[in-house]
Amino acid sequence: MIVAEQKPIAEIAGFIADRDKVLLVGCAGCVSICLTGGEKETGILATALRIKRRMEGRPLKTATCTVTRQCEPEYIGTIADMVKEADAVISLACGVGTQFLAERYPGKHVVPAMNTKFAGGSKAPGIWEEYCGLCGDCVLSLTGGICPVIRCAKSILNGPCGGSQYGKCELSRDVDCAWQLIYDRLATLGRLDTLKNVLPPKDWSRSRNGGPRKMIREDVMTGSNQNAAD
Amino acid sequence: MSSISTGVHIIREGVEPVIQMTCRDRNRIAIQSDLLGAYSLGIRNILCLSGDHQFFGNHPTSKNVYDVDSIQLINLVRRMKDEKLFFSGELIKDYEPKFFVGAVANPFADPFEYRVDRLEKKINAGAEFIQTQSIFDMERFARFMELCVKRGLHERAFILAGVTPLKSWRAARYLQTSVPGMIVPDDIIRRLKDAEDPPKEGLIICNEQIKFIKEHIKGVSGFHIVAISWPEAVPVIIQRSGLRRD
Repeated sequence: MIVAEQKPIAEIAGFIADRDKVLLVGCAGCVSICLTGGEKETGILATALRIKRRMEGRPLKTATCTVTRQCEPEYIGTIADMVKEADAVISLACGVGTQFLAERYPGKHVVPAMNTKFAGGSKAPGIWEEYCGLCGDCVLSLTGGICPVIRCAKSILNGPCGGSQYGKCELSRDVDCAWQLIYDRLATLGRLDTLKNVLPPKDWSRSRNGGPRKMIREDVMTGSNQNAAD
Repeated sequence: MSSISTGVHIIREGVEPVIQMTCRDRNRIAIQSDLLGAYSLGIRNILCLSGDHQFFGNHPTSKNVYDVDSIQLINLVRRMKDEKLFFSGELIKDYEPKFFVGAVANPFADPFEYRVDRLEKKINAGAEFIQTQSIFDMERFARFMELCVKRGLHERAFILAGVTPLKSWRAARYLQTSVPGMIVPDDIIRRLKDAEDPPKEGLIICNEQIKFIKEHIKGVSGFHIVAISWPEAVPVIIQRSGLRRD
């Protein structure tokens, strides 16, 4: 999932300081699962913003809704009437959802309530961790199913570096050394031999270094969206 | 100051430098460009390393690069010399840089059993000399070198043992607790703590280490005196140890 956390309330309030009526749009996708931007959190944020503004003597009107996924046009199209009524829209989705909203309603001031952090998963209740660097050229088959691109602080493809000690990264005792994990996993699998090969320099053009990326599947296109692919 | 510029100053003083190139700060374009420049300025020895994470310096909010890693870099620099190829794979028509390529090895990092494999990987990639992490734990270094010698790695690359003179027990404690990938035994800290003149004791310890390595550890071709913030210690150590250039 995409993991995102809410910005400080003062920062969000600052975005809408000159607005009187705002719509807060939650997302029932990833941010709902990581407990930061779902229906419940949307309601809490609305209340917090109203209280803050009332204490400042400038009451704020809020409306809330939560869509199935803000990253899909069909879901955000259904809230057109509510958007129309508001002076500004606060998105509690990841950066993708916020941009989809802004694109769908170009005349409306759309602001983010979230800092989008990473692609990861929940390790334990209350703990989310980054697992995928979205590099566009997966190496997991070579590294025992553990990603060095994002889980190694130096993205080293031929690790571990000299800072790995007691299973931990040089950054902190709280961070596992990804290459120690890779070593242990390959040892368990009886495949330590694979570490003898030098992995060549990575083709980063498949990552974001090649510019904004697009995936196109002509087999699922319909007539109306053929142009969007160009 | 950049390692290359420092190297040029050193050349002007009549000394042959080893410059360092880390993967942290430059992508392959910048690394190649700077190395061509370094070679044109007379620099011949290059140490290829990942580099400490920027978190440890005074720019913790900066972005790291790591376009290539240290082993890939070693190979790219060697390829310039052996195959006359730029990093991109394009042919270098003339004046290919012929660097003497070095790498680092840390016998004190984990997993220990993989450290010799990784050194071999660096030598296979083209490393011609090796600088080790500062050695304080002689027993572990001896075990490491035994494995290296067993595989003949000492015959394929010059292994330089890293030794660091310590000025005070606080410096020793700092290396022990705050520098990742270091092992500093407690008795070194105790000796410095009990010493009347700690810097003097630090020099004595360092010379003892050199003597021990020379006499008992096979496969070491030379020493790298890592005098952290204490350059004046270097000539004293060299003189007392009888080290010389062969």
